[in-house]
Amino acid sequence: MIDHGYRTVQVRRGRLSGLWSTRSLVVCTGLVAVTFLLMVVSLGMGTYPLAFDRVLGALLGVGDDSQARLLVVGWRLPRALFAIVCGIALGLSGAIFQSLTRNPLGSPDIIGFSSGSYTGAIVVMLVIGSTRYLEIAAGSLIGGCLTAAVVYLLAVRGRTVQPFRLIIMGIGVGAVLSSLNSTLMLFVNVDTAMLAAVWAAGSLNGLGYEQLRPTVLILVLFLALLAFVAPRMRQLELGDDAAQALGTRTGRARSGAVVLGVALTALVTAAAGPISFVALAAPQIARRLVRGPGLALVPSALVGALVLLASDVLAQRLGFPVGVVTATLGGAYLAWLLADEFRAQASRRK
Amino acid sequence: MTILATDHVKVGYDGRIICPDVSLQIQTGSYTAIIGPNACGKSTLLRAMARILPIAGGSVVLDGQDIAQVPTRELARRLGLLPQTSIAPEGIRVADLIARGRYPHQRIFDRWSAADEAAVVSALEATGTEELSGRMVDELSGGQRQRVWLAMVLAQQTPLLLLDEPTTFLDIAHQYGLLDLFQRLRAEHGRTIVVVLHDLNQAARYADHLIVMKEGAIVGSGRPADVLTAEMVQEVYGLPCRVEPDPETGTPMVIPKATAPRASSPASC
Repeated sequence: MIDHGYRTVQVRRGRLSGLWSTRSLVVCTGLVAVTFLLMVVSLGMGTYPLAFDRVLGALLGVGDDSQARLLVVGWRLPRALFAIVCGIALGLSGAIFQSLTRNPLGSPDIIGFSSGSYTGAIVVMLVIGSTRYLEIAAGSLIGGCLTAAVVYLLAVRGRTVQPFRLIIMGIGVGAVLSSLNSTLMLFVNVDTAMLAAVWAAGSLNGLGYEQLRPTVLILVLFLALLAFVAPRMRQLELGDDAAQALGTRTGRARSGAVVLGVALTALVTAAAGPISFVALAAPQIARRLVRGPGLALVPSALVGALVLLASDVLAQRLGFPVGVVTATLGGAYLAWLLADEFRAQASRRK
Repeated sequence: MTILATDHVKVGYDGRIICPDVSLQIQTGSYTAIIGPNACGKSTLLRAMARILPIAGGSVVLDGQDIAQVPTRELARRLGLLPQTSIAPEGIRVADLIARGRYPHQRIFDRWSAADEAAVVSALEATGTEELSGRMVDELSGGQRQRVWLAMVLAQQTPLLLLDEPTTFLDIAHQYGLLDLFQRLRAEHGRTIVVVLHDLNQAARYADHLIVMKEGAIVGSGRPADVLTAEMVQEVYGLPCRVEPDPETGTPMVIPKATAPRASSPASC
């Protein structure tokens, strides 16, 4: 029996096998339970409050409380599920970028994706003059992906991507796009500018089952691809030479991971507008909870879901868009993270 | 029998060719040391042999098969490389790091089989790192860390091991410990060892085949007793020296000639 340095749970059934830390399983179970509880509580909240048992009954489909069922399942549930789905996608996207860049600052927000998707959305409103949901979503997707591609190409040196360059280029390109966004806003009329501003805040308002279904389907597809890419990414954490010597095609693995990381954020942005900082914070919170090495995909996804659901509950109570809440919380978190990094560096120098 | 051969290999970085034309053969079960001055292309050649570095011409042949034709994961089951520099993921523990050497043997939902566990156990035993298995890699000393990285490559269970300057940064006892370990791996497990070394006396003592490189070309190859001569050292390294038999093993031992008078009194510094 090997001493792993922590308690483990081992599974071996024929050709299926795996090893997990007990702590990470407990943390994940806890996160699922807390998220579910918060969801039930949030479903009871609103202009017409419902008691806990009525919400639970409506969710599980027991009894014939048709009023509760309409409120809970018909109206409030899609929004809560949206928060969870978007949180999962953002948490995973952040975990992917932080693993690739070996840096807690690595996230789709930092590499300019949000600014790019905002530019895309404004351009659709300005040039096509459209205010339709799908067209704005498409515009933001194209804008975000183009920006990510540009940042990625700028960060490529020779045949490899240097993580630090990726972050620096992202910040630079993001700054250029922000000023472009401000300029563009001067050319649109007041109504369009308002609409753009609301979209840019990132909100789950008014999202229903018709938007939820495709989002979930695409997320499931991405999860399947991620299951395939994740072991390769874990090998990349050993450095390119070692990863390659151990049978990973490093170039392919890295491009696949970047595409998937961008796609996961793009999915959220298309549905709800840019929701910042969840991708940045969730993987770090997950790592501190799990205390494992490197990439922790499942815990990051669950933390992302919980954080976004909680932010959305708060946003509903305050009457703000959820993006404003995550940006405020995230701003404080970022300040703390930077202070912590500098402290760690200072103590290392001593 | 030849396990690995390079046939007129041309290799370098970004269009700058470092080794223009190298042909060599590694015998199955041999302990081969590659020596040569800094920047002579030793590591470049080793990386080309492991297909880490794409070659610009010629071919590398593993068990009679061009390695360009071997799928990446299969190659990693047949040939292991300990790179000069590796990065440990933040916060990883020893056993988990070693387990990552099992990657080429694992399938997507088969990630900790009995064979994986057995390989990690035997890698821990072979490198004497059982005691460390639960420790954080960041907390280990240089010598311990090098043994752990080696254990990861051993867990890969490849018949052929390529090691790029594994003794650099280690103290003298750890250097010999590691070279002894390679000797045991060869004797007990029948593995073929190819190691890049800086210390000529160590190379002569352990290797049964010596490859000498200078400016990207092989300038000597054969048994240490035949290859390691005062003329060779003078020509390749530009170092005047005597070569005497090692009093312990009888293998050639390089003794550099005194060039300046020794400081006579401690006060002079």
